[in-house]
Amino acid sequence: MARLIRTEKEVEGRYEEVWLVVEEDSLDQWPAGPREVVGRDAVRVDGRERATGQAVYTADLAKPGMLHTAVLRSPHPRARVASIDLAPALAMPGVHAAIGPGDIEQLTSDCSFQGEAVAAVCADTLAHARTALRAIVCDFDVLEPLLDPDEAVRQGSLLGAARERSRGDYERGLAEADVVVEAEFRTQVVLHNSMETHQAVVEWIADGVEVHISTQYIWGIRDAVAQGLALPPDKVRIVCHYMGGGFGSKNGPDDYTFIAAELAKRTNRPVKCALTRREENTAAGNRNATIQRLTVGARSDGTLTALGGEFVNAVGWDGWSSGTEGPMQMLYACPNVKTTTYGAKLNLPPMKAFRAPGFVEGTFGLEALLDELATKLDLDPLELRRRNHTDATPDGSEYSGKNLLECYRRAEPHWERRHEVRARSTKTVKRGVGMASQIWYGGGGPPSYAWIRVGSDGRATVVTAMQDIGTGTKTAMAQIAAEELGIPLEHVTVTLGDSDRGPYAAISAGSSTTPSMGPAVRAAAADARRQIEDIAEQRGLKGAPVHEVVDVLEDSQILGKGARGPNPTGMQVLTFGVQVAEVAVDIETGEVWVERIAAVHDVGRVINPLGASSQIEGGIIQGIGHTLSEERLHDPATGRLLTTTLDAYKLPTIADVPEIVSELIDEPDAHLTNLGSKGLGEPPIIPTAAAIANAIRDATGADVRRLPISREEMLRALHEAEARQKEKVGAPAGV
Amino acid sequence: MQLTVNGHQYEVHGEVGTTLAEALREELSLTGTKIACGEGHCGACTVLVDDEPVLSCITLVHAVDGARVTTIEGLRDHPMIDAFVRSDALQCGFCTPGQIVSAVALVESEPAPTTEQIRHAMAGNLCRCGAYPKIEEAIRTWQG
Repeated sequence: MARLIRTEKEVEGRYEEVWLVVEEDSLDQWPAGPREVVGRDAVRVDGRERATGQAVYTADLAKPGMLHTAVLRSPHPRARVASIDLAPALAMPGVHAAIGPGDIEQLTSDCSFQGEAVAAVCADTLAHARTALRAIVCDFDVLEPLLDPDEAVRQGSLLGAARERSRGDYERGLAEADVVVEAEFRTQVVLHNSMETHQAVVEWIADGVEVHISTQYIWGIRDAVAQGLALPPDKVRIVCHYMGGGFGSKNGPDDYTFIAAELAKRTNRPVKCALTRREENTAAGNRNATIQRLTVGARSDGTLTALGGEFVNAVGWDGWSSGTEGPMQMLYACPNVKTTTYGAKLNLPPMKAFRAPGFVEGTFGLEALLDELATKLDLDPLELRRRNHTDATPDGSEYSGKNLLECYRRAEPHWERRHEVRARSTKTVKRGVGMASQIWYGGGGPPSYAWIRVGSDGRATVVTAMQDIGTGTKTAMAQIAAEELGIPLEHVTVTLGDSDRGPYAAISAGSSTTPSMGPAVRAAAADARRQIEDIAEQRGLKGAPVHEVVDVLEDSQILGKGARGPNPTGMQVLTFGVQVAEVAVDIETGEVWVERIAAVHDVGRVINPLGASSQIEGGIIQGIGHTLSEERLHDPATGRLLTTTLDAYKLPTIADVPEIVSELIDEPDAHLTNLGSKGLGEPPIIPTAAAIANAIRDATGADVRRLPISREEMLRALHEAEARQKEKVGAPAGV
Repeated sequence: MQLTVNGHQYEVHGEVGTTLAEALREELSLTGTKIACGEGHCGACTVLVDDEPVLSCITLVHAVDGARVTTIEGLRDHPMIDAFVRSDALQCGFCTPGQIVSAVALVESEPAPTTEQIRHAMAGNLCRCGAYPKIEEAIRTWQG
């Protein structure tokens, strides 16, 4: 029965109250462990078309008569357009239309960050559009930008109010502490740099619009485009069969979709608007920088008595102030916690969600701070974390499932390697091992729907308008349907990627696609299975294989539908894990190599162990880039961005990859839907930076507190540690 | 200009300044070759020109007049494709055609490359999803 409920919906730690119609989730979970198809390695169902280049991405789409776009973006962090003349561009070869400030909301003469769109030209070729763009005469009055996050907080330039969160009595907790450690951590801006840049092809067809777009959220784009173009949503068709990476940056339509829509309307042609790589590195979003001023108080046995922090998210001109304080609030049993989080509004490009926004940054600060505490107390860092483990959430509600202690247990053999690793140090290359814990969301939620049809050949097609952003969710859905129907994986096809061809499907963000979509697909398959069982009964074929039961049906089809049931009420659905890093540090040059990372995560039932291991490796490798090499730099005087190419912005390469060992607990979350599966997209990137920083401390005694850990930061930390050591050694003589 | 692409002869008419990648994708509709940066930094556009891996987004089509070009479309039956799929050596797949072309160039000259050789030959092909460990595995095991 359909049921109307008022519930909290969570995406990447942001909650909102929504009305939902949910259907009962009447299926029992499968028993734990590998099944016939689910829980066993499956190669990607769309691997071959992607590998052979047959997959058509938005970037590959060429509609007849399609025009190409170039966008004029502000080269200044803050400027006003004094004058602009589009006429010279319109006179250039191949140009069909040009639009400027005020023509649509997304083009402005009042620029508040470098990369804000001012004007756009479309032409028969991309080369013509780019040439014409240079003909636009545009004069800017350059204004003084606000770039410093602390200064923004002082001036009250904030996005939203400061967020205060506290429990217990923080001051008393500090007073009760035997040891207090304070430290300031800083994390940098990092860029998503999806290999396919943000882009869309827009065409007006009859009284509606068709949008092909590289996106993580087909249905969100549909609503946003409908609203932006004042169309009923059913007149907006969104298509994305394949997309070349998003990592959180492709959840909305952005400026380029509306620029293409306006130019398509004016020219009556399909129009493509694709960001260049340099635009991608300027105006497509980023993981914002943070400043974290943290304090921990503990008794001499390691019991935490107080945790506190002031967090400044350098959000940029727009976006939101992500939950950087989340790990400090959620990870440990500490009774007294007080955090204040500011979102600094600056003349820098807006942040966007980037794979566990806030928690990647906050975990670096918190978990590095915990190891500084462990050093002071002369406690084993893993033991310190065990002593502060909590079985109930700090706010008193229950976890739907939590196996963090089991993660610690399985991490022990990796942790034990530290003695042997340290012993391999030389005079100039020091080796060490560090660990860090992980907490994050990832439960998904309703609504999400799937349909299924089974033909008389016993083959099934799952139909849902979801997207696979490269995580392998299409394969996971095929596995779930095959398992429930009791047919081979090769007999299931999944069609997705088109809002006109399938029901509503969840966003691919917040580690939510599998936990949101999987239960809906299973429910649809179960609906079909029950009908097939009815037919089997009537044919006297009870228990026979599906293809035998349905083989007389000719053109008749079995149609099933399924919906995602509700999340458990009054429970927190979270993911957990731990990573252990091994590093080598050249103390003369400051160079750091990550030599090995072991990851143990708890995300409920695992659908596809092969795909899951790829997700973990990918997350860790992005985490290594975040920790050691990636940084979007701007000139502190002018605010101009300095790293807009893949030459200047240092992504990890295959040569930077350490040995990666991964393990999943693979225990279904008994309270979560008919599957018991949580998401895995984000957890693996969360503890990587802290585990590496802690391994560096283990190797060298140096406290690195700033990402990326460049050679400069490494040498600074080494010198500081050396000075501290000298002071300590020198002290008794001076007394 | 004359190009032999995947064994077929083509007459190509690019404007001056047209890159090989643009000619392949736009004139010949061979969109398996991807353009991810357009300035020779990422390797997604890798094709073989006279059997050597080349960044087609920074190669002017006029500069390769008369050359023999192999794109991912010409490698559909190469065992490296199966190796990538089997090893799960791709995630979003946008860099994958370029990865496979580079990998094929490597194993054509060194059929059993060492890890060091793989890392050296593949370091110019960026993968933001981080499929690198599986790419290494695919190249190590491509012969089945």
